[in-house]
Formats: sequence, C-alpha cells, structure tokens
Amino acid sequence: MIWVIARREIGAMFLSPLAWIILAVIQTILGYMFLTNVDTFFVLQPQMMHLENTPGVTDIVITPLMQLAAIILLMIMPLITMRSIAEEKRNRTLSLLVSAPLSMTEIVLGKYLGLLLFVFILVSMLMLMPLSLYLGTSLDTGKLISIYLGMLLLLAAFAAIGLYLSSLTSNQTIAAVSSFGALLMLWVIDWIGSSNSEGQSLMAYLSIMQHHHSMLEGIFDSADIAYYLILICGFLGLTIRQLDRERLL
Amino acid sequence: MSEALVQVENLSRYYHKHRAISHLNFTLNAGEVLGFLGPNGAGKSTTMQVITGNLAPSEGQISIAGYDILEAPREAKRRLGYLPEHPPVYADAGVDEYLGYCARLHRIRRHQVGAAVAKVKQQCGLTDVGDRLIGNLSKGYQQRVGIAQALIHDPPVVILDEPTVGLDPIQIREIRELIRSLGSERSVILSTHILSEVQATCDRVQIIRDGELIYNATIDMLERSRDTSILIALHRPPALQVLHRLEAVDNVEALDKFRFRIILKPQASPEALVEASVQQDWGLYQLIPEQQSLEDLFIELTVGDDAPLA
Repeated sequence: MIWVIARREIGAMFLSPLAWIILAVIQTILGYMFLTNVDTFFVLQPQMMHLENTPGVTDIVITPLMQLAAIILLMIMPLITMRSIAEEKRNRTLSLLVSAPLSMTEIVLGKYLGLLLFVFILVSMLMLMPLSLYLGTSLDTGKLISIYLGMLLLLAAFAAIGLYLSSLTSNQTIAAVSSFGALLMLWVIDWIGSSNSEGQSLMAYLSIMQHHHSMLEGIFDSADIAYYLILICGFLGLTIRQLDRERLL
Repeated sequence: MSEALVQVENLSRYYHKHRAISHLNFTLNAGEVLGFLGPNGAGKSTTMQVITGNLAPSEGQISIAGYDILEAPREAKRRLGYLPEHPPVYADAGVDEYLGYCARLHRIRRHQVGAAVAKVKQQCGLTDVGDRLIGNLSKGYQQRVGIAQALIHDPPVVILDEPTVGLDPIQIREIRELIRSLGSERSVILSTHILSEVQATCDRVQIIRDGELIYNATIDMLERSRDTSILIALHRPPALQVLHRLEAVDNVEALDKFRFRIILKPQASPEALVEASVQQDWGLYQLIPEQQSLEDLFIELTVGDDAPLA
C-alpha cells in the first residue's frame, strides 16, 4: 500500500516540469563547480608533491562540492516537498486517501517514500560526477560511500521536515517558505555554538550541518546516524499526528 | 432480522463551538436509496464526511455493515464508496491511470485491477475517455470519474455528496439513471438540495435543517400523505361556490374563467369531481394532477420558524 502511494507520488513529481528543472539546474551548477574544483586540484597538485600527508583528490574536489550541494539543496528541497500534502489539501483530493482503507501512517509513509525515491535519484545523479574521476585516478572509496550515505541521510531529514510543514497548510508557497526557514534555522543554530564555548556542544549537536560535516569527512559515526533517524521519525510522527488531528477540528 | 448497512446513532459534530449536526439517528437498509435533503449549510456534507471517516464525530456511533468506523476503520472503509462534494480527482492523471490507482488503494489485486477499471468505466460511461487527462475533461466527465472512483471496489454502501451539481440537464439525467441502477444492488446515500432529484431517484427521504433531522419518510408515503392538488378545465363552469360545496373538495382557486385549481381533501379521489361534472354537464375537458408536494413540504419545513413535523 505504501508502495502504491509512493509510486503515484514520484510519478506525479515527474509529470510536472518542476522536478526535471530542479534536477537540471542542480546538475548544471554543481557540474560547473565540479570542473572548477578539478581545475583547482591541478593547480595545487604540483605544490603538494613535496608535502607529507597531503589531502587527496577526494578531499579537494568532492568534499567541497558536496558541501556546496548541501547548501543548494537546503534551498531546493522545500520546493520538492511543498506540494506533497498541501496540494492534496488545496485540490481536496486528500479525502481519496482518507476514505480508502488505509491508516494515516500508511498515507504519510507512502508520501515520504515517494520523496525518498526522488532524493535517491537526485543524490545518485550527483555522485556520478565524483565517480567519473575513476576514469583518470583512484579515489578513497570508503570516504565516497560515507559521503553518499551522508547526502542521502541529510536530504531524507530535509524531506521529513518539509513533509511535516506541508501537512500544516493548504498553501504550497507557505509550505515552501516555512520549510526553508526551518532548515536554515537548523543550519545556523550552530553559529552561536562556535562563537561561545558555553552551551556550544548542545547547539552544535542540534545543528544538522555538524552531523553532515563529519560524514563528508568520512567519519561514519553511529551518533550521527541516530541524530538523523530521530529527526526523521520525529517529523514523520508529527505529520501523522497532524493529519489525524485535522479530522477532529 | 434487519439488514441495516449503515447505522448512525446519536451523532453530533461540533466545529469548535458551532454545532454542525446534533443527535442524528438513522439507518440505511440494504438496497435502499436514501435522499438526504436540506438547504445549504444544514449539515449534509458534514454528516457524510463523518460517516466516511473523513471527520471524527464529536459524539455518537456509526457502523458500516456492523463495523464501527472508529474502532475498525479499515474494515468499515472497505465497504464504503464515497464521492465528496468536490470529486477527488488528480488533474494531471489519465482516467485509466487514476482509476487503477484508486483500485490499488482499495487493495484490489494487481491482476484484477484491469477488469475492475473496465467495469466501472462501462458503468459510468467512461469507455471513450480512458486515455485522456482528467484535467482536460468537462465537469460532467470529471464527476463521472469521481463516481467511478467510489464504485471501483464494489462497495455495498455508496455515499454521494451532491453528485449532479454543475452538470447539464442531459448529464443530470444520465447520472440519475446511474444512481437508480446502483440502488438495485447497493445501498446509496445521496445528498442534494434539488428536490426533483430526490423524487426521481430515492426510495426514502430525510430532511435535515440546522443539523437536526426533521423529516424522515419513504417517497411513497410522502406522496400519499400530502394534500393533492389538481388543475381542471371546464367548458361550462358552475359558480365557484358550487365547486366548493362538493364533498371531496377542500379549497378551490379560479385561475381564469374556465380553469380552476382544486385542493382535494386528504384521501379523497378526483373521481367525485368527474362524476359531478358528468351529472351537471360542466364539460370537463382537462384534469391534471399537480405534483409539487415535496417542494411544498421542503419549504414548509426548512423556511418555517419552528419545525412543524417531527
């Protein structure tokens, strides 16, 4: 059942030009940045020949690229998630799902799985760029896998937050703006953490980017995974609760 | 043994402090078409949303074929087909694709989906538009897709919220025929504020006002119980008082020199009029029974300050 809804979701995304345009824009910008980073590497490479413990091509090309990708996607993901529930509310099609023999949990998980499929396509396409380097050099495969998983988890968390905010309103623009605000807040919350030492660890811990950063560095820490999973489950739970509550209003 | 498919007991629903429906009680029997009649804002749609589990009741119980909508929602919803006021169709999907999706949502097995879709398309007259986008269809066709969606899983209970709104007269007639044909094998609840629709399609009518049920009767009973008025035309009419004095006549109104509207006494037959005309040579050449009883009743019940009938 969840799968039926998810298939419809991903199908509907690609029926509108939005998903295609988003994929194209991201791929173009990051492709350009990728080439710039490769250029930088060629400039740096002769200077680093004599040093010990130099950063490899993965650190110089791919890690900064994915950091940039995370920032861009923070702005883009709300555009993907905004329609998922808000549009159904606006068009009053939600009652099709509610009247079917499905629980709210199945409906929300179906919607979320649809978003995850999109995230998977998006990140896999981004990863093609680093993979193309295998043609000319060798990469740190372990680090690459960590980066891939890190991007997937980060976007999965973005999607869960976006889905929740989309369930609060029937207006897609409001859903997009509020999810963008929420994601940005989770990002900048560690700025206070890095500027004063008191309470630093808490704020740093709450920040979504801190956890992402360590995975980009190739550190696969179960605490980071737990952070993402808690975030995702929490927001999915809130979404289910929200939709259930609306029947009572 | 009663075959109540839908049982609503003491149902109330509040929006914050505003009371939308209060203490509704009714049942729907197998094979019955129930018309739910009321002015706009009387609580028809709310009642339907509560029955289908789209809204939670504030008080009371609803069971569908013996399953409580709150305690066993899955089993109850499986037996329900629902067309909301706005058909819940995706404008960006094709008709076949959409109906296939609905079939899967209702847990119809993958290999049976095609047959189920073909069957409802045939029932609802959608066979020619299978590959068109729903968004490009006319309102009437979208409405039919909405009805097809409610029938796809072959439910014993079908709930239609104003199914003929926005359709042209031919489409209205087609949809009514469809609803009638549904009534032979399913139970249908139909909400509307169009009176002739109830007379044309329903077995039983319930009138709701301000969230309260104020009238409940079968259509047959309704038609028999009301005063019947007839129009007659006479070539050689007698004085008005002569007509007035006839035993079967309750009231007479002269429309012009030759034509009269006659309100018969309850249970009286127009036969007496014909006999009198023959005996006294009035030259009766027209006798038309007037059927607007439901409209009268509706206005009497819903416009009046207090409810005259219980």
